[in-house]
Amino acid sequence: MAFEGLADRLQTTIQKIRGKGKVTEADVKEMMREVRLALLEADVNFRVVKQFVKKVSERAVGQEVMKSLTPGQQVIKVVKEELTELMGGEQSKIAVAKRPPTVIMMSGLQGAGKTTTTGKLANLLRKSYNRKPLLIAADIYRPAAIKQLETLGKQLNMPVFSLGDKVSPVEIVRQGIEKAKEEHCDYVLIDTAGRLHIDEELMQELRDIKELAQPDEIFLVVDAMTGQDAVNVAQNFNEQLDITGVILTKLDGDTRGGAALSIRSVAQKPIKFVGMGEKMDALEPFHPERMASRILGMGDVLTLIEKA
Amino acid sequence: VKTRDNFSNKINDLVSRYRTVDEDFFEELEEILIQADVGFETVMELVEELKTEVKRRNIKDPADVQSVISEKLIEIYESGEENLSTLNIQEDELTVILFVGVNGVGKTTTIGKLAHKFKSEGKSVLLAAGDTFRAGAIEQLEVWGERVGVEVIKQAEGSDPAAVMYDAVQAAKARKAEILLCDTAGRLQNKVNLMKELEKIKRVIEREIPGAPHEVLLVLDATTGQNALIQAKTFREATDVTGIVLSKLDGTAKGGIVLAIRNEMNIPVKFVGLGEKMDDLQEFDPEKYVYGLFSDAIEKAED
Ligand SMILES: Nc1nc2c(ncn2[C@@H]2O[C@H](COP(=O)(O)OP(=O)(O)OP(=O)(O)O)[C@@H](O)[C@H]2O)c(=O)[nH]1
Ligand SMILES: Nc1nc2c(ncn2[C@@H]2O[C@H](COP(=O)(O)OP(=O)(O)OP(=O)(O)O)[C@@H](O)[C@H]2O)c(=O)[nH]1
Ligand SMILES: [Mg+2]
Ligand SMILES: [Mg+2]
Repeated sequence: MAFEGLADRLQTTIQKIRGKGKVTEADVKEMMREVRLALLEADVNFRVVKQFVKKVSERAVGQEVMKSLTPGQQVIKVVKEELTELMGGEQSKIAVAKRPPTVIMMSGLQGAGKTTTTGKLANLLRKSYNRKPLLIAADIYRPAAIKQLETLGKQLNMPVFSLGDKVSPVEIVRQGIEKAKEEHCDYVLIDTAGRLHIDEELMQELRDIKELAQPDEIFLVVDAMTGQDAVNVAQNFNEQLDITGVILTKLDGDTRGGAALSIRSVAQKPIKFVGMGEKMDALEPFHPERMASRILGMGDVLTLIEKA
Repeated sequence: VKTRDNFSNKINDLVSRYRTVDEDFFEELEEILIQADVGFETVMELVEELKTEVKRRNIKDPADVQSVISEKLIEIYESGEENLSTLNIQEDELTVILFVGVNGVGKTTTIGKLAHKFKSEGKSVLLAAGDTFRAGAIEQLEVWGERVGVEVIKQAEGSDPAAVMYDAVQAAKARKAEILLCDTAGRLQNKVNLMKELEKIKRVIEREIPGAPHEVLLVLDATTGQNALIQAKTFREATDVTGIVLSKLDGTAKGGIVLAIRNEMNIPVKFVGLGEKMDDLQEFDPEKYVYGLFSDAIEKAED
């Protein structure tokens, strides 16, 4: 049931072309159909797919594919290049405030991986940048959310600020930042409760936290397995919070992760990190090219195509 | 509750925007389904069947196509089986329900909701804290236990989940509990070791109570795309999944992948999650669900 990658998908068309010995516009069209399918199966939003295929078609109908001796490979190359470009360059840098502490706020749907990623980011900041973070437990809704963050803090031997679940998140954040200043922490990471982008009350709460904390970085944490709805989520969170970046979690699974492309095209914000596991060191910089290959379902098949 | 008539009327509104049942019409239908994460293969199949049906019945007027659409979609769910959403509950004996699924989908929350449901039906319920891995997982289940007023059987964080299950089964027997709901840690289906661990958990339950677990419920997040199909397949191989809980349907995602799963694998959806509170669990109603798939398009048509 593993979905066919683009290379597999293109095989039939390529065989046909080889028989004729020349590539026509109709052949390109047929190949573009396969591109469309491959992207849809990877969960790229269908509107994004439409735009994308249009763009790639234009390039493909031109010299690059039609004059090529290896049209299949050429299509994949063009698609991959365009995909990679759309997803932006590598940007795993984290903002630094002129005056510490630098404030980082997490946001996202329920269960996306915010709390886990908060721990991972803190760990990364300390390990790679020698920073001293404070974690703020501002999820007062989910059962044992505070306990979860505290447990991670203990594992990492890092301070966690909490006021229990009877104080408003805005107030927790206010006091947490004060505390960070007192303790000379140079980073503050705010874990927030998961919420639906259509939950007006809870989205307002995030805006209030933003207003107060003036975060240097607002991450939208997104599950890599997200389907067509990723565009709605990204668009809403971005419109309401003006996020600074995206973190894609659970990429250690076998999902193609087409949501990455959807998010990128609607929010126009960089994907900065990817979550590669449940452990505290499983956070990696985002590589657009790797992601492009993944969405197209090709590990090393690229070199094999058209040889068979 | 939406009746079939009501649903058909709504689809009717949608199709009334078209003068003929043409390619454009089917294309829009295709897009509605793809947008709902139904999955391309299934969408293609469905639309092909619809086209054939429309031809066979010689339907020209879009208004007449509505009944065919709802029939076809709902058919997937009602193919021969009765009472799909009922659970396999043992009379006068312990019923064990095991929850499985990938990370963060809503397993623990669903257990809390279901415990509440059973409790309010007057049943004695016990929870097993089989997620000994994730930070705060045991405490999370304990909070649910307190909320609902049921006991949680647990061991220390990091202990063997199979041992927790063994304990829980013994405790359930000793207390003559009627329902035992077993939580497990979230795991991605491509993690072979973790899937083996799940098989072991299930074996321990089977060994202690022949015929148990009586239900293995796979929780799927409605926002998940095509990967849910692979989840269903792999979890079924490991644990003989008997039903699906589709969580987070209160968001804007439609969870259309369950149509594809039903189409290809015949695993029924038993419940849907509609929020984070105790009462936010409903038995799956295919009619209502299919209506939900089209709700955006219908609203658009009404504007
Ligand atoms: N395999 C894997 N699991 C992850 C990753 N990131 C998070 N998880 C798991 O996903 C589940 C949910 O993670 P949380 O950090 O609790 O998610 P959250 O967004 O804080 O959830 P809420 O606070 O309930 O909204 C947990 O089981 C995590 O261990 C990842 O990159 N890979
Ligand atoms: N909106 C909404 N949120 C839900 C629903 N079900 C669960 N959640 C939320 O989703 C998040 C994850 O739920 P959990 O029950 O912890 O999920 P889990 O599968 O046990 O997660 P792990 O044990 O980490 O794998 C929590 O914030 C829940 O409150 C639902 O039906 N609707
Ligand atoms: Mg959290
Ligand atoms: Mg859980």
